[in-house]
Amino acid sequence: MTTNTARNAAAADGTWQTARRGGTSVLLQDLSRTFGATRALDGLSLEIAPGELVALLGPSGCGKTTALRIVAGFESADAGSVIVDGKDISSVPPARRDMGMVFQSYSLFPNMSALDNVAFGLRMRKLGAAARRKRATEQLDLVGLAEQAKQYPHQLSGGQQQRVALARALAIEPRVLLLDEPLSALDAKVRLQLREQIRTLQQRLGTTTMFVTHDQEEALSMADRVGVMRQGRLEQIAAPDKLYDDPVTAFVAEFVGVMNRIPGERQGGTVAVLGGNVPVRDPGGQSPAEPLGDDNAVDVLVRPEGLTMQVAENGNGIVTTRTFLGSVTRVGVRLDGDVAVQIDKPSSEAAALGPGTSVSVSLPAQPVLIAPRRNPVT
Amino acid sequence: MAAITGTTEATGTRGPRPSRKRVSLPVWRWVILLVAAVYFLIPLFAALRFAGIGAFRSVISEPGFTSSLGLSVRLAVVTTVITIALMLPTAVYVHLRLPRLRRLLEGITILPIVIPPVVLIVGVLQIAPGFLKSTPYLLALEYVILAMPFAYRAIDAGLRALDLKTVVEASNSLGAGWTTTLFRVVLPNLNTALLSAIVLTVALVLGEFTMASLALFETFPVWIVVNDQTSGQVSVAASLLALFVTWLFLLAITVIGTRRARRTGGGEVTLFTVARQQTRGES
Repeated sequence: MTTNTARNAAAADGTWQTARRGGTSVLLQDLSRTFGATRALDGLSLEIAPGELVALLGPSGCGKTTALRIVAGFESADAGSVIVDGKDISSVPPARRDMGMVFQSYSLFPNMSALDNVAFGLRMRKLGAAARRKRATEQLDLVGLAEQAKQYPHQLSGGQQQRVALARALAIEPRVLLLDEPLSALDAKVRLQLREQIRTLQQRLGTTTMFVTHDQEEALSMADRVGVMRQGRLEQIAAPDKLYDDPVTAFVAEFVGVMNRIPGERQGGTVAVLGGNVPVRDPGGQSPAEPLGDDNAVDVLVRPEGLTMQVAENGNGIVTTRTFLGSVTRVGVRLDGDVAVQIDKPSSEAAALGPGTSVSVSLPAQPVLIAPRRNPVT
Repeated sequence: MAAITGTTEATGTRGPRPSRKRVSLPVWRWVILLVAAVYFLIPLFAALRFAGIGAFRSVISEPGFTSSLGLSVRLAVVTTVITIALMLPTAVYVHLRLPRLRRLLEGITILPIVIPPVVLIVGVLQIAPGFLKSTPYLLALEYVILAMPFAYRAIDAGLRALDLKTVVEASNSLGAGWTTTLFRVVLPNLNTALLSAIVLTVALVLGEFTMASLALFETFPVWIVVNDQTSGQVSVAASLLALFVTWLFLLAITVIGTRRARRTGGGEVTLFTVARQQTRGES
């Protein structure tokens, strides 16, 4: 209420000074939602700190979009609540939630110019025509589209449309910014630019942001924290580097980045693999979908940079492929027992590793993550 | 890139079609146009010759002309209002909330084309209460049903071109309630579609004969046929006049619609489709 009065006062003198909020916190508590027979959300809980950008990452159908739409108010949860700044907003209609949203598909109003699109939310907030125009122009300038102000959506490229949509969502100074795969319809180069632009703006404005994507690169590069979702639950939420280095479940380990699976034999707290014995890491989390059970036949999960390899006659593997990635080269090796792995080598050292080279692959004695043995893919 | 696209023209992207296809088209286009023109124009020309210019002048003073035309126009207005008031909310609601019923609704709206008007009017005259049977507005109710397939399809095409759900949600999230969303976002983007629906409905009402004749109301088409027995030339002149006015009306709508669509990017406007232009490629 107080913010509204402040706004109206600002609107009256035409300045609309950015009322610096302390930032908004968002709390999702035990959200559940089923659509017919599918359980889209299964007790999702998540806390977003003021000014934080949290990405929800997961395969399609994991419930990430449903979660976002519940926060926006377009869907309702069967159980659980959405709490914004300490208030339960579950029964507040979308129009009064004060959330800026950018959609996956182009969502600009075709009958309005870019400027009018951006000004729409301000008009709904009863801002005067001149003030609204001024502020909308500023917003367009912020996304680098001041010159396109008079153009209609169909005259803009996809990337430009999404930038106008972003400006439109930010113009109302939303409490929370919701991004529903806003980049997935764009081509790679534009996507990269816009990714940086969104992140820069978000940090500058300090807007609490929830970002849904299936693209791990996008999530890891933009977010303060990334939540990996699976079957309506959060498997792990952590900073990008932590997620990559210390995944708590096999699902997270394999969903984020490249992961090798090498069969091993569990022996108490260690696992026998590649002729050696390495300690098993206790990740602290456990995927309910894949309990480890009592079976001693397991897979060891190692990243391409976690394996070492030397050229050796009669080694335990043969080089099959070699992919140059810049400073490193990813070498494909077929191990004894028909296990294919990928190993990263500095490109300078990889020159000697042509296909057909016999190599010896080993694992440094550091704790590793294990998962139930999966039938080898032939 | 050029080398690749050069050899795989057909599998290319959604861009403009290869120009090769365009070359062979104009000749056929003209032939078809010519045949169609001959087919339509000869009867019109014959009618014009039969009626003579003088008949046009006497049409207006003919007894019954004003009252029957007036009735037809009133019916057209009432029918259009009811049709839009019924079809627009229904189509919007189905698009937003019950997308699975879209097929079903499409099927239902097509029924009036399948069922002959005679069957409809005879059935209605059997069961209609007395006070309705005595008023010509009974016809308006009937015409609403007849107009349904055309009106629904026109509105449906407009809604499809809009991506209604996303646009409505965007509007909501920006703080607009339902009424504001409807009047500021949905309707302005549908006005071409609505115009199409209106034109089709009006044209249908102005030309409908069977029902009016069976229900014994003298609408304009009925008057033309009745008048034909007394003065053939005048009635033909009236028909031509009606045809010309309707045609002007359609032309006006198409021109207005296309001009608007060009400004806001709605692509080409025809009576049934409001094709939205593809978004410009990334540049």
